[in-house]
Amino acid sequence: MKRSTSTQPAKPAVDLTINGRSVSIAQDTSVAAALMQAAIATRKSVTGTPRNALCAMGVCMECCATVNGIKHVRTCQLIVQQGMDVVTG
Amino acid sequence: MTSFDVVVVGAGPAGMAAAAVAANYGAGVCLIDDNALCGGQIWRGHSDTEHHTDRRFDQLQSALENGRIDLRYAAGVVANPVPDVLRLETSRGYDDIRYGRLILATGARERFLPFPGWTLQGVMGVGGIQAMVKAGLPIDGKRVVLAGSGPLLLAVAANLARKGAHILGIFEQASALQLARFGFELLAHPGKLRDGVAYRAATHSAPYRTGSWVMQAHGESSLEAVTVSQRGSVRRIECDYLGCGFHLVPNLELPSLLKCEIQSGYVNVSGSQETSTQCVYCVGEPTGIGGLEKALCEGEIAGLVCAGRSATHLYKRRDRYKRFAGKLDRAFAPRHELNQLATPDTFVCRCEDVSRHALDSMHSWREAKLHTRCGMGPCQGRICGPAAEFLFGWNSEHPRPPVYPARVSTLASDVETAPTEI
Repeated sequence: MKRSTSTQPAKPAVDLTINGRSVSIAQDTSVAAALMQAAIATRKSVTGTPRNALCAMGVCMECCATVNGIKHVRTCQLIVQQGMDVVTG
Repeated sequence: MTSFDVVVVGAGPAGMAAAAVAANYGAGVCLIDDNALCGGQIWRGHSDTEHHTDRRFDQLQSALENGRIDLRYAAGVVANPVPDVLRLETSRGYDDIRYGRLILATGARERFLPFPGWTLQGVMGVGGIQAMVKAGLPIDGKRVVLAGSGPLLLAVAANLARKGAHILGIFEQASALQLARFGFELLAHPGKLRDGVAYRAATHSAPYRTGSWVMQAHGESSLEAVTVSQRGSVRRIECDYLGCGFHLVPNLELPSLLKCEIQSGYVNVSGSQETSTQCVYCVGEPTGIGGLEKALCEGEIAGLVCAGRSATHLYKRRDRYKRFAGKLDRAFAPRHELNQLATPDTFVCRCEDVSRHALDSMHSWREAKLHTRCGMGPCQGRICGPAAEFLFGWNSEHPRPPVYPARVSTLASDVETAPTEI
């Protein structure tokens, strides 16, 4: 999860909680990217299918999750922070 | 309520240029964007684009941060409660601002066309996967298929390949003939031609196939493979991610709310970039999908005009960029075969899970909204609207406020009683 790519130096990590589980993610990562690399759906659709970010630019709303108690946050527009609490749908 | 000579909505290249120029000539300027960083989707707060460092971003950013411009990032415009006033919402509350002149630089989004499996996790837009990777999604060693249409395909392929992705194929729906014609026309735009050649060189190991498209994405809940139609033959490719988007469509919600005339899908503007609504200007992608140079040039024109200066010396250059935009639209227009990809069970509206079958008996966008809730979810038709237009020929109607989902407190407050501080 904290793997670095061949062309980018490893970044320091921050610790956040996703659905009650502690996860370590490279800083400057968006919450949507953190969820996708952890293979966790951001939400369940109205008929129950798991979804994840589509547009990654704040338009499609597929990446909405509850962050620090605030519902319907567009996680692709939000950078991970130490101690952040993310709850997916 | 704070008043400004010039309010600019959208801090991508067009809005940044407009704000910087207007402020430079003495106008009191406010620049608004719902992203936390300026630069729009192309720069995303950094000067590093796909193949080089763009000094223009650095120059514009330092011009904006000289303390004379009121920068309102992470603030979304939700309504126009009374004439000449915009209501903004932030995570902390809302604010009303009054404008003398308004410059709309709302940018564009990808056009998505539904196909079986497009709601699986791991299926993103072409710009979508690029944005996710720039936002930290590890791509090194991942198997990626890119498909859809437009120059973004090659640019993204080059960038992801550089970051270690295995690009298993680039599938462009436009025909070889269309692209050859476009390539010939590019001779009139040598800079664009250079970009295209550089991108292709960076992805030489990945097959680039014209007249080809993804028919289906496979997987339980996450993507496992795609089926591709490649000039008539069908093949399956195992992959981790699919980026699929069909060129771009302009963000017209705010121009439409302000009653700006739309013609053939774009905001109609005069030589000075003024819309049919007095004192409202529009720049960048909403006037024609033409990319960075067009956006910067139009932004400069509107910035000059709104600061009371002449911009006629820039018209000729702008008109050339605008012709390029028309060529892009023609070259990468989606072919009619793509209409057949969505099966009766395929969701067209992802927010409300409305299938194609449910929409087949509808006659208009309005009827579809009322009877099926298509376009009524949180994205408010931004994704399914262009898809429904392509599939059924429906025109989406003028949007009503709020143009983005907003808190009740934001919508319910009177303009007079709205707090001036947020």
